[in-house]
Order: sequence, then structure tokens, then C-alpha cells
Amino acid sequence: MTPLICYMLLAALLFSIGLAGALTRRNAILVLVGIELMLNAANLNFIAFWRYSEHPEALTGVMFVIFSIGVAAAEAAVGLALIIAVYRHYRTTNLDQVDSMKG
Amino acid sequence: MTLPFAMIAVVTLSSAVAAMSLRNLVHCALCLVGTFGGLAALFLQLDAQFAGLAQVLVYVGAVAILIVFAILLTRGAEPAQQPIVAGSWFIGVAVAALTFGSLVVTVITSSAITSPAGPKLDVAGDVTVKNIGARLMTDYVLPLEVVALLLTAALIGAVIIAMPNEAPDSKLKAESSKLKKSTNF
Repeated sequence: MTPLICYMLLAALLFSIGLAGALTRRNAILVLVGIELMLNAANLNFIAFWRYSEHPEALTGVMFVIFSIGVAAAEAAVGLALIIAVYRHYRTTNLDQVDSMKG
Repeated sequence: MTLPFAMIAVVTLSSAVAAMSLRNLVHCALCLVGTFGGLAALFLQLDAQFAGLAQVLVYVGAVAILIVFAILLTRGAEPAQQPIVAGSWFIGVAVAALTFGSLVVTVITSSAITSPAGPKLDVAGDVTVKNIGARLMTDYVLPLEVVALLLTAALIGAVIIAMPNEAPDSKLKAESSKLKKSTNF
């Protein structure tokens, strides 16, 4: 079997890619995609730790990932609705042009 | 490291990099589907069938479609004329690289990730859907209800946020006044 450390490093790399994207891209949708990537990297860690734990029959990691997927779906729905509302107001989704609170 | 893991890891990482760096947003969404699919394959490889298929259903099925809808509704599909990254992009990349470095150092020096007993080889009997359902209805029933409430609130909230601001009758009035103006001329 693949050692646990490989999964950990893969998740760390995925998290960093998502973080870099969320911090550097100008489009708000791509920032949301970066956040989704970070959430998925955390999910991979949960599953890997659960599989390599000494009591996998407790199912804690799987349960946590199922709830995390549910919360992430809610976050994506509300986030994309917010982006659409911002686009309707400013006619752009570039984050550095959305910089006035007065609107 | 086994060959299937290496192949899935390469596909996942390269499509994640592509999803974060391509210029056309529709291509980004397509590469994102590749990343989510690779992660689902990793979940399946780790004997978490239910989580892997939930990943396929929710991420590949729903979130990716939602992102494509958002891209098309905001006209993100038209290629951007301006640069795609913010002006201070090197700070973001430096922060991400620093995070990755500290994570790698922590993972490599940690003593918690090498258990002496090693993983249990066969867990297929433990992770049946029946077991997961029984857990959800006993130990995890409160989180389940909270997630149900959260999803309902998110559904209603998303619809209300994305709804147009003006009431439909005022829109009608504006259109009729526009029509009047054009007939006057």
C-alpha cells in the first residue's frame, strides 16, 4: 500500500495550489474554485488519516468528509449567487475593480 | 508508492494547476472536473467508497455545473483582455510556497503519521452503506439535522441573493415607459 506520507504530501501540494490560485487570480469565480480545492485537500487528509488509523471501523473520517462535502456544496451555492449579484451590480467579476462599498 | 497512486496523483495535480492557471474560464472548469474526479479515485483507492461516490455526485455533478453556470451568466467565457492575475501575484505565490514548505516540514518531521501497527488491510466489511446509515441515524443524527438545515438555508439564501433587485411590476413599468417614449418619437 502507498504510505500515508504520500497522501499527506499530495494534499499539501493541492492545498498550496488552491491557496496560490485564491490569492492571485483576479476573477471571483476562480477564487471560489481555489477555496474548493483547499477544502478537497483537507477532505483527502481526513480520508487518509481514517484509512491508516488503528480503528477504521469507527468511520469518523468518512463521516467528517460527508458532512464537509455537504457544507462545501452550500458554500459553493451561496458564493456563486453572491458573485452573480456582484456582477449584476458592477458588470464585472474582477475583484480589483470591485473596491467601493458605496456601490 | 504504487503505480495507480502515482498516475492518479499526476492527473489530479496537473489538472489542479491547469484549473488555476488557464486563461479561458470554461477550460478552468473542465480541468476542475479532472481534479475532482482524481480526488474521487483517491477516495475509492482508500476504501472510502461512499465518500468517493458522494464526491462524484456532489462535486463532478453539481458544483462543476454550478461553476459553469456562473461563468456563463457573468460572461466569463469571453477571453479576458486584461492580465488574469492580480498585480501583486508574486506575494500570493510566495505565501502559498511558504505554506507548502511549512506543511512539508511538518509532515516529514512528524512522528504521528507512522503507526507501528500499520493500517488494517481489509476494511471493506466496516464501510458498508448499512454501517454508514446506522451511524448517521444514531451517533451523528444531530450533525445530520444541522447539515439539512444548513442546506435548506443555503438554497433559500442563494435564490434570494441571485434574484434581481427590482420588483417585477416596476420592471414592467420601466419597459412600458420606454415603449411610450419610443412611440412618441
